[in-house]
Amino acid sequence: MTVDVSLPYDKEYVTQFSNGLQEPEWMRNLRLDALEKSETLQLPKPDKTNISKWNFTEFKHNVQGEVIDSLEDLPAEIQDFLDKEKEQQNLVIQRNHTVAYAAIDQELKDQGVIFTDMASALRDHSDLVQKYYMNDAVHVDEHRLTALHAALMNGGVFLYVPKNVQIEEPIQAIFWQEDPKASLINHILVVAEENSSVTYVENYISHNKEEKTSANNVTEVIAKDGAKVSFGAVDNFDSGTTVYMNRRGVAYRDSVIEWALGQMNEGDTVSENITHLIGDNSHSNAKTVAIGRGSQKQNFTANITHFGQGSDGYILQHGVMKDKASAIFNGIGKIEHGASKSNAEQESRVLMLSKDARGDANPILLIDEDDVTAGHAASVGRVDPVQLYYLMSRGISKFEAERLIIHGFLAPVVKQLPVEAVKRQLTQVIERKVY
Amino acid sequence: MAGSTLEIKDLHVEIEGLEILKGVNLTINGGEFHAVMGPNGTGKSTLASAIMGHPKYEVTQGEILLDGENVLEMEVDERAQAGLFLAMQYPSEISGVTNSDFLRSSINAQREEGDEISLMKFIKDMDSKMETLDMDKNMAQRYLNEGFSGGEKKRNEILQLMMIQPAIAILDEIDSGLDIDALKVVAKGINEMRNDAFGCLIITHYQRLLNYITPDKVHVMMQGRVVKSGGPELSQRLEEEGYDWIKQELGIEDETIGQKA
Repeated sequence: MTVDVSLPYDKEYVTQFSNGLQEPEWMRNLRLDALEKSETLQLPKPDKTNISKWNFTEFKHNVQGEVIDSLEDLPAEIQDFLDKEKEQQNLVIQRNHTVAYAAIDQELKDQGVIFTDMASALRDHSDLVQKYYMNDAVHVDEHRLTALHAALMNGGVFLYVPKNVQIEEPIQAIFWQEDPKASLINHILVVAEENSSVTYVENYISHNKEEKTSANNVTEVIAKDGAKVSFGAVDNFDSGTTVYMNRRGVAYRDSVIEWALGQMNEGDTVSENITHLIGDNSHSNAKTVAIGRGSQKQNFTANITHFGQGSDGYILQHGVMKDKASAIFNGIGKIEHGASKSNAEQESRVLMLSKDARGDANPILLIDEDDVTAGHAASVGRVDPVQLYYLMSRGISKFEAERLIIHGFLAPVVKQLPVEAVKRQLTQVIERKVY
Repeated sequence: MAGSTLEIKDLHVEIEGLEILKGVNLTINGGEFHAVMGPNGTGKSTLASAIMGHPKYEVTQGEILLDGENVLEMEVDERAQAGLFLAMQYPSEISGVTNSDFLRSSINAQREEGDEISLMKFIKDMDSKMETLDMDKNMAQRYLNEGFSGGEKKRNEILQLMMIQPAIAILDEIDSGLDIDALKVVAKGINEMRNDAFGCLIITHYQRLLNYITPDKVHVMMQGRVVKSGGPELSQRLEEEGYDWIKQELGIEDETIGQKA
C-alpha cells in the first residue's frame, strides 16, 4: 500500500531551478523527464523493510548556506572532520545547498584533475559530466527514488582523474545539512580514467531530531581499465532525516574499487552499495559497518556482481544493534554467466546488544557459471561470553571489555578510512551511539 | 611469609550438569611453584578455569580463597585485580583489538585511575619482554591472537603474565603444541618471574616442561581429585614409569571423570 503524496515540486519549479543554476539543456531535459517518470514509478522494495510510509516528500529543496573565507569560521563539530595539522588542499564543504568552501591543489589542477561541486561541473564540464551522469551505473528509471533524485538533484561533487594520474593525498568532501529541513539530494560522480588512482572520503552530517526531512543521494564511481578508486564515507544524518543512499561502482578491466562505509545515520535508512565488476580481473572490496539504535529501521544492501572473468569480490558487513532498532543486512555476491575464474566472498555479522533489537543477516550467492569460487559466512548473536571472559581475566571490567570488542568489530572500516580526522570522528560517533 | 596465598578447599565443579571436580584441595603460597599433573580428562583444566571464573563452569561446593577473601564471590575482572592470572590453553581471538592496546588496558585495569602507565614506559617494558620471549616486534600491532600460531599464542600468554605481574598465576598446559626451542623460551620467561612473592600453579600432562621449571611441589589429579602429592621427585618418577603405578597403588581402573551416556 503506498500513500499517495504528491510533491510540491512541479515542472515549472524544476525548470526554474535548473535555469537558475544555468544548467545545460541536457540536464534540464533529464530533470523534466525524470520528474514525469517519478509520478508513475513505484518506490523501491528493499527486502523485508516496508518503506511505503517513510518520508520522501516533505523537505525544503533549496536552502542557502553561508559561505566561509576560512575553515576557522566553521563550528567545532564540522572542523572535527578536518586534519588540522595539514593544509586543506583538496576539499569541498557543502552547507545546505551552497558550496561554502572549495579548494584544490594547483598541481592536480595542472594535471587535469577536476574536483568541484556538481553545479559548477555542469556549467564548466558539461560534456564530460553528461557522458557519465546516470548512464553506466545508476539509471533514472530504476524506481521512484532514483527518478526523484534525478529531477531534484541539488548538490554533490564531480571528481575526475585523467589517465595515468595518481593522486596521493585524499580528496575530501563534507556535506552538512545545516538547516533542519533541508534535503540533500546529492549526486557524487567519480570518474577515474585508465591507470589513474584516487582516494576520496566524504562525511554527511545533520543535527535535526524533531524537524523532518529526507535525503536522497546517488553516488556513481567509474573505474576505467587499470584504475584504482578507494571510496570512504561516514554517514551521520540525525534522526529527523529519512535517508535513501545509493552508491554504485562500475569497474572495468584490471581496475579496483574499494569501499569503506560507516553507516551511522540516526534515522530510518535504506542504503545500497552495488559494484559491477564489468572488466576481466577487476576487483572490489566492499566494507561496511552500521549501528542501529532507538527505534530506527534500516536496510543495507551490499552487492558485488561479476561480469568479467577472473573478477574478485569481497563483501564485509558488520552491524551492531541496540535498543529497539531493527536492520536487515543483505549481502549479495552474483556471478553472471561467462565470468569464469571469478571469486565471490562475503561475511555478514550482526552483534545484538539488546533483546528488543532485531538484526537479520541475509547472505545470498547467485551463481550462473561453473568455474568459480565463492564463500560466505554469516552470524547474528550477542557478544561472545568467552571473549568477555578472556578480556576480564586480565582485570578489564565487563563494560570496558564489551567496548573493546565492539570497537574491534567495527574496526575494518575505521581502519581503512584515509583521513585521520575522519577516523577519529567515526570512532567518536561509534562511542556515542553504543554508550 | 611473603606474597599471597591461594587456598582451594573441597572444590566441586560442574559443566553442563556433569560433575568434573569432586573435591579438590590445594594451597599455593607466594614464592612456591606447584605442578599439577595427570593424564587427559582428569579435571586439570577445569580446575584452572574454575579458579578464574569461566562462565561455563559452575562451582557446586567448596571454597576458593585468596588471602582469606572469597574468590567465588568475585567477578572475573575482580579476581584478576585481586592478583590472579590464568595463562589459557585456548586464548580467544579478538579481531580489531591490537595486542598492544589490550595489554595496556590490562595493565591500567590493575592501576588506580590517574596512575595509568606512561606510553613510553609501557612500550619499553613490552619491547624488552618480547625480546626475552623471542617474539616478533610486529606482534604488538597485530589483532589479539587473531591468526597467531599455537606457539605465538602461548608466548603471548606469557608476555601478558610478565607484563601484568600477578600475585598468583595458573598456567594451563602452556607447553602443549610447543617445540623444544619454544618451550625453553617460555620457561625462561616463567623463571624470570620467580621471586619470594610470586606463586605459580603449572598444569601439564608432560613432565617435559618441568625439566626447565623446577616445581617445589607436584600433585597428581585423577577422577577429579588430587590423588597424590610430593616433591620434584614425583614428576621424575612419572616421567620414567608413567601413571599406572599410581592407579595400582590407589586401586583406580579408569582415571578419567567418565562421560555422560
